[in-house]
Amino acid sequence: MNSGDTAWVLICTALVFLMTVPGLALFYGGLVRRKNVLSILMQCFIIMCVILLQWVLFGYSLAFGPDTGAGIIGGLDWAGLRHVGGPVNADYAATIPHSAFMIFQAMFAVITPALIIGAFAERMKFSSFLVFTVLWATLVYDPLAHWVWGTGGWLRKLGALDFAGGIVVHTSSGISALVMCLLLGRRIGYQNAPFRPHNLPFTVTGGALLWFGWFGFNAGSALAANELAANAFVTTAVATAAAGLTWALIEWQQHGAPTVLGTTTGVVAGLVAVTPACGFVNPMNAIFIGILAALVCYLAVAVVKAKLGYDDALDAFGVHGVGGLWGTLATGLFAETAVNGAGADGLFFGNLHQFLVQVGLVIIVPLFAGVMTWFLFKFVDALMGMRAEKRAEIIGLDLTQQSEAAYTVIE
Amino acid sequence: MKYIVAIIQPHKLDEVMKALEEAEVNLLTVSNVLGRGRQKGVTEVYRGAREVGSLLKKVKIEIAVNEDFVEPTINAITTAARTGEIGDGKIFITDLAEVIRIRTGERGGLAIG
Repeated sequence: MNSGDTAWVLICTALVFLMTVPGLALFYGGLVRRKNVLSILMQCFIIMCVILLQWVLFGYSLAFGPDTGAGIIGGLDWAGLRHVGGPVNADYAATIPHSAFMIFQAMFAVITPALIIGAFAERMKFSSFLVFTVLWATLVYDPLAHWVWGTGGWLRKLGALDFAGGIVVHTSSGISALVMCLLLGRRIGYQNAPFRPHNLPFTVTGGALLWFGWFGFNAGSALAANELAANAFVTTAVATAAAGLTWALIEWQQHGAPTVLGTTTGVVAGLVAVTPACGFVNPMNAIFIGILAALVCYLAVAVVKAKLGYDDALDAFGVHGVGGLWGTLATGLFAETAVNGAGADGLFFGNLHQFLVQVGLVIIVPLFAGVMTWFLFKFVDALMGMRAEKRAEIIGLDLTQQSEAAYTVIE
Repeated sequence: MKYIVAIIQPHKLDEVMKALEEAEVNLLTVSNVLGRGRQKGVTEVYRGAREVGSLLKKVKIEIAVNEDFVEPTINAITTAARTGEIGDGKIFITDLAEVIRIRTGERGGLAIG
């Protein structure tokens, strides 16, 4: 047990908490129309409440509990935090209390379904959203976390590299977001009337809080206050800086002005892409990962989405899905054992095998997340209807789902 | 009695109010409005999606005056609000049927000032 490591991981846990509320809540909340801002804030807050409980009751056990044999899912031995307390669990983190590792991971389980909100924003029924979220966390996130991070997980045994959740958190939620928005359909009036973000200062504040919290997300994933954590911190900082700058320059060239929304979006794209790589690559390569993250995410958001016409309202797929896929592949290119001895060398350091493992990851995980999300959507839709009624959507979800209004005109 | 509605550039409001004060027109109502004229608005870009013809922010001034004050009011507004650039705005004038001061119940020309 090491008190420095324990303090570091607990602080990082609080930093990752901040990413969901208020980071993501403000980031997404500013992007919707004013009649729907509270629905976004509510969805983020209630996910924090619901998934924290799901995690300690059984989610953590499914994801990280002793493997049931095939590397697919953990058992229920640790349900209700049985065997999860002060003593260390050397399989996961040898120098901190097991409960510290558990609660750090809880924040990841919370933010992952929250990211999907961006795809179905402004048109989802609240009750159905709640049921879907609990099912998705249990049947998609928990197994995926087990496969990649759990002791005995089959992708972990294959040597999959995902330092802080590029594939488990961002690709899985991003792909699920795409499936959700395809099945749910476009918002009423999409492509006829312009949907303007109602409060970009919210979005910028949220984006800044995401970046701040992400230092805990990535550097905390070292699970110790050590050189590896410092490397992850530095790579996170510079990849993000490069991505934000690149997005601004692309817009400047394409539209004659660099927008603050574009810069903030680029920042998030960079954060996503460096997430799987941050503890395996050096800072110079991280800059390259960030630049390319901005390029591919810009293409997805500004070109592909417009061409294909799907309504990924807040670009959960375009930023988290695409950025996560690129970051996972980039890890297979730029990883080096000189940075992290427990990792592996990537293609550019002479190891084709690792790159092929990462290619396998970006096929298997989207396939699983996509199919499961399709199935869960159909199930909940048949059970209670996914989409808000037309009238509710037009009036706004704040008034119709939450019975309150964010802003008043009359005192 | 006339009801004067002027749509002006937001940054010209202070100058217009000062000019109206000098013309002894002190009572007015101001609101923020959106609009566009012959300049056809501006272009906004959100994550690469261009929106042409967005509405511009303007300020609307509403003033009720007796006949003697119509020309001084028009002069004050046009002089103070003019930049010579496109988008300076417009003034609309209509006849005013009645004015009632709520506190006293006075009507017409007495109530207006």
